[in-house]
Amino acid sequence: MMGIVTESSSIEPAVRVETKRQPLPPRERLETVFEISDLDALYGSKAALKGVSMEIYKNLVTAIIGPSGCGKSTYVRCLNRMNDLVPGFRMTGTIRYHGYDISTRDVDPVAVRRTIGMVFQRPNPFPKSIFDNVAWGLKVLGMKDGLHERVEKALTQAALWDEVKDRLKTSAWGLSGGQQQRLCIARAIAVEPDVVLMDEPASALDPIATQKIEELMHSLKGEYTFVIVTHNMQQAARVADMTAFFSISRGEEGQRWGELIEYDATEKIFTAPSDQRTEDYVTGRFG
Amino acid sequence: MSTIGTAPASLLRPADRLGRRRIVNRAAEGVAWLTAAVAVGLLGLVIYSVARRGWSQLNLDLLTKAQNPYAGPGVAQGLANAFVGSLVIVAIATAMALPFAMLIAVYLSEFAPRRVKTSVGLVLDVLAGIPAIVIGIFVFGLIVVNHGQSGLAASFALAILMLPIVFRTTMEVLALVPQSLREASLGLGVPRWRTTLSIVLPQSIGGVLTGTVLAVARVAGETAPLLFTSSIVGAGISANPQHALEAVPLAIFELSESPYPTDQARAWAAAFVLLMFILLTSLVARWFAARSKRKLGRGR
Repeated sequence: MMGIVTESSSIEPAVRVETKRQPLPPRERLETVFEISDLDALYGSKAALKGVSMEIYKNLVTAIIGPSGCGKSTYVRCLNRMNDLVPGFRMTGTIRYHGYDISTRDVDPVAVRRTIGMVFQRPNPFPKSIFDNVAWGLKVLGMKDGLHERVEKALTQAALWDEVKDRLKTSAWGLSGGQQQRLCIARAIAVEPDVVLMDEPASALDPIATQKIEELMHSLKGEYTFVIVTHNMQQAARVADMTAFFSISRGEEGQRWGELIEYDATEKIFTAPSDQRTEDYVTGRFG
Repeated sequence: MSTIGTAPASLLRPADRLGRRRIVNRAAEGVAWLTAAVAVGLLGLVIYSVARRGWSQLNLDLLTKAQNPYAGPGVAQGLANAFVGSLVIVAIATAMALPFAMLIAVYLSEFAPRRVKTSVGLVLDVLAGIPAIVIGIFVFGLIVVNHGQSGLAASFALAILMLPIVFRTTMEVLALVPQSLREASLGLGVPRWRTTLSIVLPQSIGGVLTGTVLAVARVAGETAPLLFTSSIVGAGISANPQHALEAVPLAIFELSESPYPTDQARAWAAAFVLLMFILLTSLVARWFAARSKRKLGRGR
């Protein structure tokens, strides 16, 4: 299913958004990682998301933007079954990951999360040393060969190695917020996932730390596929190749749920959106 | 007091209503202070009176010599058998209750569905409210009727009393472990059991110890369950839990009924030692609790 992204490859942006982003390759050359169709997510009887269908492509950065309460975090946490931990959560529809439906009960969420890693909103390093924060996952998951090299590589990729190489044995809780978040990224990529989901990774960070994280996403997307939730439109415009805009829809009896409004190349979303609601949001006229 | 600007002095003095409020406030503060002082004073009074009456027997013999019921007054004797017995009984009770309580708490907090969590939690709260003497009778009917009295039966009774206390504190401390740490581990593709074992439990071990120490302090002074399970004891110091063991609260109870003033003083002395033990363990528990809270607090 091609859904709403059919024309994304042919779009030439009217205005260039300030970015280091390369132009998107033509649609045929993009490999689909996720194919989500008719995804509904419910907490108890309350719908958080309705009817989401979209494809996420390999080695791109895909941003999920939208107002608070539009279900963007819920959505990204569906992709690695993180919502299984929430009591009363249910989802319907299919999430195909490389063609394989991972939303069914018989799929082991542990195996899903093993290949689809996650970085959370607030930095959450383990109460261990910097080294052990990265090494622990490797050890538990049996990737013990060349442990030191793996840790160094992950920390280098996360642009943290130079800052911590002399104090690897000290507590990770002594790092600054931005360093902690990069450590969490190192921890996530050390176990060599295929996809890295980022749930507002920079919302608790200052602009310089934010910039570092954006830069490392940019430099790593050749190896990983990133999905980033952000409430910061500038951030989406800077880092994302594709952008999905979610918004809140209201029912007749006052129910509210999140919906995917538009999904397209980032340039298109920010310069020539097809939906009025998207335009209102990206131009700041959202009420 | 200097006047501010040109404001008339009357504005700065409390008027009727404000003045009354101030008096009510003072009175309320005074009452609160007084009740707190009474509580502290009561504890001080208890410690003082126990220590004063037991002073004559509060010596090293109390801890090193066994009871000798056949010796008349004037022969030095102590309560070593009761201290050893209490130690053995409480230690075994802790060994029984701690793993049980921890496993229940870990299951309920980390794995169980919400409905199971609330209902089992309620059952354990009810268990916490059962009077100690009822537990004593229960264990009497369960074990003592068929197998006779023993230190083990006493330990079992005390373990039932300890279980809900250790369980509750473990639950509380597990709830304090930030959900984000669990997510960090699960997000790596680490199974749930491993996350619990390697990430959640090490964070909460201080709190578990606190609960255990509190429970020990609580049951060390229990008398009722021991009456039914471990009260008919032989002479001499014994640490064999297969037989009935003397215990400190029982010794206090028995000695207090003795006609000899030295025996009565010994009861007071034993009470004083027990009191000090409970005070000390409570302080240790508080220290553990403060330490583990500090450790958890750093994670923010």
